[in-house]
Amino acid sequence: MQLSKDDVSAPSAGAEAYWLRLYVAGQTPKSVLAFRNLTQICETHLRGRYEIEIIDLLENPQLARGDQILAVPTLVRRLPAPIKKIIGDLSNTERVLVGLDLRERP
Amino acid sequence: MERSKSDVVELPDPPHRRELAKTPTGIRGLDEITRGGLPKGRPTLVCGGPGSGKTLLALTFLVNGALQFDEPGVLVTFEENGEEMASDVASLGFDLPELIKAKKLAVDYVRVERGEIEETGEYDLEGLFVRLDYAIRTVGATRLVLDTIESLFAGLKNDAILRAELRRLFRWLKDQGVTAVVTGERGEGFLTRQGLEEYVSDAVILLDHRVHDQVSTRRLRVVKYRGSYHGTNEYPFLINADGIGVLPVSSLALQHEAPLERVSSGIARLDEMLSGKGYFRGSTILISGTAGTGKTSLAAHFLDAACRRGERCLCFLFEESPQQLLRNMRSIGIDLEPWVASGLLHFHADRPSRYGLETHLVTMHHVVADFKPTVAVLDPVTNLMTVGTYADVQAMLTRLIDHLKTENITAVLASLVPGQTDIERTETTISSLMDTWIVLTNSEAGGHYRRRLYVLKSRGMAHSNELRQFVLTDHGLNMLDAASGPHDTSDAGYGPWKGQNRHATV
Repeated sequence: MQLSKDDVSAPSAGAEAYWLRLYVAGQTPKSVLAFRNLTQICETHLRGRYEIEIIDLLENPQLARGDQILAVPTLVRRLPAPIKKIIGDLSNTERVLVGLDLRERP
Repeated sequence: MERSKSDVVELPDPPHRRELAKTPTGIRGLDEITRGGLPKGRPTLVCGGPGSGKTLLALTFLVNGALQFDEPGVLVTFEENGEEMASDVASLGFDLPELIKAKKLAVDYVRVERGEIEETGEYDLEGLFVRLDYAIRTVGATRLVLDTIESLFAGLKNDAILRAELRRLFRWLKDQGVTAVVTGERGEGFLTRQGLEEYVSDAVILLDHRVHDQVSTRRLRVVKYRGSYHGTNEYPFLINADGIGVLPVSSLALQHEAPLERVSSGIARLDEMLSGKGYFRGSTILISGTAGTGKTSLAAHFLDAACRRGERCLCFLFEESPQQLLRNMRSIGIDLEPWVASGLLHFHADRPSRYGLETHLVTMHHVVADFKPTVAVLDPVTNLMTVGTYADVQAMLTRLIDHLKTENITAVLASLVPGQTDIERTETTISSLMDTWIVLTNSEAGGHYRRRLYVLKSRGMAHSNELRQFVLTDHGLNMLDAASGPHDTSDAGYGPWKGQNRHATV
């Protein structure tokens, strides 16, 4: 599977747009799994109003500092503010939704 | 401080064994204790409580690497950002921004805040590895500092992942061939709170900071050093305006040379009493007496004579300021000012109460190392006793004298004896360390005070046992002819105090 922006739908007008950044370090099983989980969650809950940007730190190591990336995979919600971070393979959908503020913290 | 037997035993280098490669820290004393520095290409753990100097030690390792050994470094800080760190150490003369600009240092501030991060599922710390790798490659680093990596434990919840990743991190650092210093917070009953010693097992240095009687003492101990001999004692550790330093206690094996060369005391008649030639070079001389007996004057004669010979003289003052001493000595005709101006004579004045004995000791070592004197004067050494117990003072003086002897420095220690006490008893604490002991007295007889001097002991020479009277004149200390008996009248006309009537006999 290819990790690229082409796989995701463009944000639509109207509802609040989500700009998400997924930091990975190469195509590891964990990063592939995280991307798959993320697109699934977005398609279910944010259809038409999200954009996913993939940053591979092996190609762009200097980008790790800006978002204070330590763990990979790390999902960063750039928009809407404030910035949120979720680390891990995003296998727990409930946690991801809480982390993205799409669901109330239980 | 205890002198353990093992410390002496491990001094000789076992010839059959090759020591592993080391990276010098450039920190005074530490490279001696570790016999060359930290294990090259391996991580060393530096642990201690808050304010014990961990970060400073680590940073000095980097800065020295960049400036002295042409080894660029990487600083990864988890607690302070780069600007905070830079301003903290600017007072020590470390210009981090300049080093960064010169590509000799790369700084990465890794911030982890719990609560900001949601964790879901598996992850690893490859992001951290990428950052380290990037920083190392940016400057071609061979040194690296992680300060303090256990902050990660506060930021990330999954301990199991974290510990596995730390293990991988330290293995990775070894593979990179960088010499790393990893700092860790001292834990209750453990070296570090998070048990970092489990991962960093090559070398462990422990820093300690104690405050006793409002006097702070820092100590350093090499707890572990795999594959290398090292000093196991606690060593005094100093942080001052010049940075940090450690004082190794290495020369207690009594192996100094015993030179036969003699040096004049600066007073011809005193030289005569010392078998005609004065002190032994490299020996230690104690001048003791009650207040106002002329101890400093005697020491000043020695300084003056040494400077005339072209020797470098270092004078530690624990009571007077250099200006006071210069003025007082001028009043008896000894002008030391030209020697100060020419750089042969250097004063180092310090209040004894400013810090603990250990700190005084380390400071004095550093001053000696910097100035490289052949003559040293301590006046009055007894003032140091106000900051420690007799046992502590004796231990400290033993080490100091030992060091001076090793360096072949002739040392004169002035000792102030409280009035109306038995001199020979009160000074047992230090007298056994002395080669020559001169006692000055000022006693009243027949309505006059008379100053007298005698040589209580002087090892290795046939010294005079006479009790000789002397006066302080405006051209120095003047020893009178040997007393012929109880009725000598040579002192007739002298008043009780310095400055009165003293000119009458000149």
